[in-house]
This record gives sequence, C-alpha cells and structure tokens, in this order.
Amino acid sequence: MHIPDGFLSNEVAVACAMPAVAAVGYGLRRAEVDLDDRRVPLLGVTAAFVFAAQMLNFPVAGGTSGHFLGAALAAVLLGPWLASLVLAVVLVAQAFVFADGGITALGANVFNMGVLGGVVVGGLMLAARRALPNTRAALLGVAGGGAWLAVMVGAAGCAIELAVSGTVPLGTVLPAMLGVHAVIAAGEAVITVAAVSAVLATRPDLIHGPVPEPASSVLPNPAIS
Amino acid sequence: MKLFTILALAVAIGLATAASPFAASSPDGLEKVATDKAFVDQGTLHSVQEDSPVPDYAFPGVDDPRAATGLAGFAGTLMVFGLGYGAARVARRRTAPA
Repeated sequence: MHIPDGFLSNEVAVACAMPAVAAVGYGLRRAEVDLDDRRVPLLGVTAAFVFAAQMLNFPVAGGTSGHFLGAALAAVLLGPWLASLVLAVVLVAQAFVFADGGITALGANVFNMGVLGGVVVGGLMLAARRALPNTRAALLGVAGGGAWLAVMVGAAGCAIELAVSGTVPLGTVLPAMLGVHAVIAAGEAVITVAAVSAVLATRPDLIHGPVPEPASSVLPNPAIS
Repeated sequence: MKLFTILALAVAIGLATAASPFAASSPDGLEKVATDKAFVDQGTLHSVQEDSPVPDYAFPGVDDPRAATGLAGFAGTLMVFGLGYGAARVARRRTAPA
C-alpha cells in the first residue's frame, strides 16, 4: 500500500503529513511513559520484524499480492503512538534506501499504514480492557480483529486521499481498494495473531498494558531474562 | 530481554534473508488497483530516489536476483533495527528525568 510520488496532490500530501508528524512526535514525547528500558530494544526489534515481514508478499486472488503492514502488532506491543514511530522508521528506510513509497507521499504512507492502524488497535485494546476479561483469548481476538480492521481503514484512507487528489473517483477506487485489501487484511490478522502468540508464550510482560491472566509461575522474571 | 531481542532479531533477519527471495512478485493491492483503474503511470520516482542505494530490494552488484533480494533483506533488517533502536534511545534520553 506504499503510495509513490505523483499519486497525491501537494495539498493532500501535506494534510496527511501533519497528523503523521504529530503522532510520531507524540510517540517520542511519551517515550518516558510507554518506553521503559526493556522496550528500547523492543522498538528496534519490532521495526526490524515489520520491515522483514513487509518483504514477504503472499499471493491473493487475481494476480495480486499483499504483505503484512505491522501497525497492529506494533500497537499491541508498544501502544498506538510508538507504533506510529515504528512504521515511520520502516517507511523512511524503504523510501530513501529502497525507493519503495514516495518521498512527498511519506507522510500519507505513515498516516495510512502506521497512525490509522495504530490508533484503531490502540483504541480497541483500551475498550477491551474495560469490556472483556483479561485473558489470552481476548487479547488474541482483539489483535486479530484489530489487524484486519487496521488494514481496511488504511486502505480506505488511501482511497480517499487518491480521490481528494483528483487521481481517481472515490466510487471507483474505494470499492476496489477495500475488495482486494479484505483478503490482504486476513493475512495481516493471521500473522499478527501468530506473532502476539509467540510473544505471549515467551515474554508476556512485553505486551502493552496489563498482562493477560493467568499470570502464573510460567511468567518469566524480567530481571533474569 | 537480551535473549528475546537476539531471538526475535534472528527470526526477522532469517525471514528477510531466506524467505524474501521466494515471496510473491505480483503487484500488491494498491499497484493492482492503480493498474486496473489506469492511474499507475502517474507514479514517479522522487529525484532523491533516482540513485537510491538498493532500488527495488535488489542489492547492487549481485547478479543472481534471489541472492540480491536476500542480501537486501539482510542488510535492510539490520539497518532498520539500528534506526529503531537509535530512535528509541534518543527519545528515552530526551525525556528521561534529570
């Protein structure tokens, strides 16, 4: 879903860059709350995993492929604002080193693939904390459902930006983007649930927010690991 | 944390190096929509991207396309880890209580 330069008008590119910069800046400012010492390497590892997984395109119907985006996973581990920072790091590297995604479109790409998904999943996690029991199943359900929704919201955002830019009519691009990404989003959900399960099995304390019960003796002691 | 970091980073590097050469090469969702709806040709490379170090995830100077992609994945994953770790360190230091 990397928008290249030339697809968006300058006005839309700037309008998308502003919330992207604000979210990443807020993530940096909140580092004292969200980014305890254990999570400093976690942020690097999450960015590395998201970059690696984004290279692994999987086939979806009709000669199309999709790949993991990663905002949902990053938001489960780091919260919505540091998730935006993670995706910004990945997208900056991709644009400047690998010529993947535009430079003037960078703000829009961070907004679509990082901020929107991060906020959707962060909001769902917050709501689930109040409404659902604090269990492994609930967390994985929120991670999977949130991952699906995060990709769909990002695809819708992308379609709206293209339409407002005058590149393609909304009635043409929105159904097309949502249709193909409904399948890609299912892949996102599968990978996100698998990755969150792996973290829960090894280091459940790295999940953002309260650790799901049972927090029994299997919980590793952060002090010795 | 060290063990988790090393293991998770090893998984990421392993995937980027060994699996990425075999990833699907068909257009992704947005590319496909752009092609179908006939606006794909509006896409341009920014001038700073014209001589990007690793264009299209193919490491320069490597003839075998799979090896070039795997090497790009290996180098890119390490670089992104460094960038993310560095950004987190800087953010932590700036807001750390004096």
